[in-house]
Amino acid sequence: MARAAKPKSAAAPAAKPAAPAVPNRERPSDPVRYEASKEELLEFYRQMLLIRRFEEKAGQLYGLGLIGGFCHLYIGQEAVAVGIQSALEVGKDSVITGYRDHGHMLAYGIDPKVIMAELTGRAAGISRGKGGSMHMFSVEHKFFGGHGIVGAQVSLGTGLAFAHKYKGDGGINVAYFGDGAANQGQVYESLNMAELWKLPMIFVIENNQYAMGTSVNRASSEDQLYRRGESFRVPGIQVDGMDVLAVRGAAERATEWVRAGKGPIVLELKTYRYRGHSMSDPAKYRSRDEVQAVRDKSDPIEAAKRELEALGVGEDELKALDKEIRQIVTGAADFAEESPEPDLSDLHTDVLVGQY
Amino acid sequence: MAVELKMPALSPTMEEGTLAKWLVKEGDSVKSGDILAEIETDKATMEFEAVDEGTIAQIMIAEGSEGVKVGTVIALIAEDGEEATTATDSKPAERAGDAANAQPKEAPADKNAPPIPESATPHKMETGARDLVASVTATTEDPEVPEGTATAKTTVREALRDAMAEEMRADDAVFVMGEEVAEYQGAYKVTQGLLDEFGPRRVIDTPITEMGFAGVGAGAAMGGLKPIIEFMTFNFAMQAIDHIINSAAKTNYMSGGQMRCPIVFRGPNGAAARVGAQHSQNYGPWYASVPGLIVIAPYSAADAKGLLKAAIRSPDPVVFLENELLYGQSFEVPVLDDYVLPIGKARIAREGKDVTIVSYSIGVGVSLDAAARLADEGIDAEVIDLRTLRPLDTATVLKSLGKTNRMIVVEEGWPTCSIASEIAAVAMEQGFDDLDAPVLRVTNVDVPMPYAANLEKAALLKVDDVVATAKKVCYR
Repeated sequence: MARAAKPKSAAAPAAKPAAPAVPNRERPSDPVRYEASKEELLEFYRQMLLIRRFEEKAGQLYGLGLIGGFCHLYIGQEAVAVGIQSALEVGKDSVITGYRDHGHMLAYGIDPKVIMAELTGRAAGISRGKGGSMHMFSVEHKFFGGHGIVGAQVSLGTGLAFAHKYKGDGGINVAYFGDGAANQGQVYESLNMAELWKLPMIFVIENNQYAMGTSVNRASSEDQLYRRGESFRVPGIQVDGMDVLAVRGAAERATEWVRAGKGPIVLELKTYRYRGHSMSDPAKYRSRDEVQAVRDKSDPIEAAKRELEALGVGEDELKALDKEIRQIVTGAADFAEESPEPDLSDLHTDVLVGQY
Repeated sequence: MAVELKMPALSPTMEEGTLAKWLVKEGDSVKSGDILAEIETDKATMEFEAVDEGTIAQIMIAEGSEGVKVGTVIALIAEDGEEATTATDSKPAERAGDAANAQPKEAPADKNAPPIPESATPHKMETGARDLVASVTATTEDPEVPEGTATAKTTVREALRDAMAEEMRADDAVFVMGEEVAEYQGAYKVTQGLLDEFGPRRVIDTPITEMGFAGVGAGAAMGGLKPIIEFMTFNFAMQAIDHIINSAAKTNYMSGGQMRCPIVFRGPNGAAARVGAQHSQNYGPWYASVPGLIVIAPYSAADAKGLLKAAIRSPDPVVFLENELLYGQSFEVPVLDDYVLPIGKARIAREGKDVTIVSYSIGVGVSLDAAARLADEGIDAEVIDLRTLRPLDTATVLKSLGKTNRMIVVEEGWPTCSIASEIAAVAMEQGFDDLDAPVLRVTNVDVPMPYAANLEKAALLKVDDVVATAKKVCYR
């Protein structure tokens, strides 16, 4: 292994050329942790908690057979979507992601009811029951899915960024993808074009350590994924994806860079999913201890809670918030269960827009 | 002995060219590698280099001569020690008229002549594609065009370019993206002139990155633009088929009608000439099997123009399959400000009563050729040009079947799971009572496209087979 072969001694021969002290092109400065007001942090906490509770409920409904097929939960990764999207403008900046998409939708303010109803395949679902967990969209919010093919959302996001620049609408695109998708060829085709054309785009790598059952180290020759844009001159920043304020701070730096017309940027968020890849994944490729250690030491919601308490938010207030969120999620689940299935005539609608 | 310099073939499909400019004159001595002349093919102006040393003894074809056939002797080079001044009494311009096949600039083309006449020159590349092109003939024009509408002879290549230019003038959301579409003016010159008129914001050269730019196009369409994505050929679109199908075709349905993807994927499809297995395939049946896509495969220049305009305006994703062998072929195109044709409507290319021949793209020419031969034998064939492969105009097909009671399907492509198979199934399911004979398929042979000239010829669709098959279903 290359790393093990490195000389450990500080007295290594000084034969190799010294790295240039100054980079030969402009690079974004190091991000700083976002200084949130109490209200802002409370809102981040609220959103993360909503995602957590929503996903827990989705897991339950899956177990009851109300949700079918593939269902990928976002539990553990909440700080990423909330931290990034809090720096964006809903309806102006576009967001696109893969199939683990519920959290990104909730973080963009999309009604939990229509998301949950889509999971249960009901007519009231955001895709009228025809998309399911992996295929949800809200053009109104500029949330462009919800894509089931690993890596496809990256070139599609590049196209959305192209459209922002073409129209001059001032928006930017954020394309989320995982450490698994980071090895897809089209990601590099996209990095190349995005930099070539200076597209307003943030490539967000949610590195949750496992592409289904394959750990990053088993799949990536360069496991420092934030460097993956370097050969295209796209700068990258590695971020603690378990700290919502660190994520928000990095998002600030990234949006500044992109909005200034300096081209795309890569953010690698080091995060962790607590559940299996999908509901049917027993996650035998990692130990229970490993998961428990992350939950105990790095949980983004617990960390935010501790900070809120330090800012003087009382236990009663947090309890009330938790209760409110449980009600929202229960309401969404009831709605999703009670809504009727799509009409059979909907089988044939929406195949084509035009009449031919 | 003087060396004969012959008009070179400078592309797989080049049959003739313009001798644009001589860069040497009689009496000049030349050596290997010297540029002798500039030759214009239908796609580009190419430099023609000397391979032998010697002196230019005689220039046989004057510069500016158009329609100089490949293989025509254009100059003589005297080798060292030879008398270089052999024939100086007649001027090159006068000789040009006599020289084999050269046409003076203003000469009107003979309308009845096949576009690519046979030539005896041994230097011409052998290809079965020539037979396909030789069958190209004029075809029934759109009956919906007002009577008395003027028409202009236009190549398929120009018709496609005109369609894009007109739609780009009308709508700023329309843009063209692909490999070599801008500065190079199109690998097959279909986008010629677009960069000059619309600039680099709207005519965009991409890296060689099919999957990437197909995805960029689909994403831009989701974001509200109307991209035209050119594939240098549809063979390369295999790298991008995921975006065509999973991203573009399924979006509207998966989103419950919320998110659209109005995009056109276009480029040449099907066999060209002697380009072998990986560059010779008809993807019509592949894309036509996908709900959510519109698939168009025109034959004539008029259809190419009218349907490409319709495709660009369509709110749905369209796969627009062109044919390289047809790009240089000319047809009459109605001169109208806005010539748009309906998607999903077949065209009766030739009326007849005895047997229906259903085809599309370059197969239509083959079918019309066969119909002319069948007429000589007393069989009156009706030829249907499907034009759109999805949605299929089954009504026109079934109506014709009701009239003739016999049907064959002609397709430049493989037989298995083909459009021909689909038409046969439609006839069984919806036209069974009208059938007096089984529906038969005439297609390419079920093998990857071979390179060798004789094998390629044997693999491709043939007029003889169409004639024989039509007679078979007529029990003649």
